Amino acid sequence: MADKRTSIIVCRCEEITDEEVRKAVKEGATSVDAVKRVTRAGMGLCQSKICYLNIAKIIHEETGIPVSKLIPMKHRIPVRPVKIGDLDN
Amino acid sequence: MSDFVIIGAGPAGISAANESARYGVKVTLIDENNLPGGQLFTQTHKFFGSREHRAGVRGFQIGYDLIEEINKLNVDVLLDTIVYGISADMEVKYVTEGSSAKSITAGNILISTGALEKPVVFKGWTKPGVMGAGAAQTMMNVHRVLPGRKVLMVGSGNVGLIVAYQLKQAGADVVGIIEAMPSIGGYKVHASKIRRIGIPILTSCTIKEAKGSPQVSSAVIVGVDKNLREISGTEDEIKCDLVCIAAGLKPFDELCWLLNLEFKYINELGGFVPVHNDDLETSMKNIYIAGDAAGVEEASTAMEEGRLVGVAVAQKLEYLSDRQAEKLKGKINDRLKYLRLGSFGKKRAEGKKKLTSISK
Repeated sequence: MADKRTSIIVCRCEEITDEEVRKAVKEGATSVDAVKRVTRAGMGLCQSKICYLNIAKIIHEETGIPVSKLIPMKHRIPVRPVKIGDLDN
Repeated sequence: MSDFVIIGAGPAGISAANESARYGVKVTLIDENNLPGGQLFTQTHKFFGSREHRAGVRGFQIGYDLIEEINKLNVDVLLDTIVYGISADMEVKYVTEGSSAKSITAGNILISTGALEKPVVFKGWTKPGVMGAGAAQTMMNVHRVLPGRKVLMVGSGNVGLIVAYQLKQAGADVVGIIEAMPSIGGYKVHASKIRRIGIPILTSCTIKEAKGSPQVSSAVIVGVDKNLREISGTEDEIKCDLVCIAAGLKPFDELCWLLNLEFKYINELGGFVPVHNDDLETSMKNIYIAGDAAGVEEASTAMEEGRLVGVAVAQKLEYLSDRQAEKLKGKINDRLKYLRLGSFGKKRAEGKKKLTSISK
């Protein structure tokens, strides 16, 4: 199954594929935050709202770590897209 | 400065606003949409439960009633407004459409930001024509746009069943509902209704691919075994222009993660949920949580949880005596208990118990 899914996008905002995330996990990125740092998955407009579970599932498949131990990536202000100009006050 | 800032004006948030403002609390209610009420306005179906829970009344009507109530009270409602951060010293940072960023310091905060749809990854899932069932419901029932003519529904929980039915009512041809598990996920009464109008529900079946360029024009479905592994040779291609994904919801808690609140993973409630006490106060003092953000349930429980927080905040600010407040909370808790009966409710009740028991 995994082999057929390799070129499927898992992070839509940054267009990161299943294959790229799996490779990062195999090389030692075994948390959602670590995958983000290596691949940029989760760093786009939605800030991992959509792809978080996709990434957690792949880490689980590759390492056996249960999804219940894979917390979302670190959240920072602004958690929603805000125009830089709007913040200038 | 505001006594009580509520983020998210869905069933939980708006109920908390009404309940606390009724006793004199100065409330600021913030929502990113142009109308308070949240998902109530997508719900054209009648509610279940008792008369107290507005059984037999359609969701959007409950929404209008809540808005009518809020208009009579002293609540500051900020619409078209997104909250992009909360600082540890209770400063809520927000931007209203068309104006620059502002902030408000809150005595108490309720995070009632609802839930997000869980994605399902398969070949073609990013094509136009694949969308969440909740998104399809919003397009059709709020914006009056039919999102597709020939629909395949993926997932047979209550959301999948209800949205499939509403798509059919709105004039779409629903070609079928597929479910990866060996049995139907939602209430039998909804599933029976679906079967009566001739929509097939296929269990132990999943989607393998959405085909078409660029728009979806067909879907490949495949049978799965008990371990959800695809059974090769059982593929079937079905013509459709919309694939709706109803794979469940998860609490939408980005502001809670930002505040580093304590979380617990509870599968029955949709995943990670902020730990809270019986008043729905989280691991951080004066920060409350209610509705789907406090564990995915449904609109009736969300409204009761909102009321509970409203009473708790009015009590804390001494608009209510302890005796008055405990009496009101007792009534609300009785109604919540009633809503968490039955085989579906029981699971959620157990999940909630796990959540509150560890916070003591």
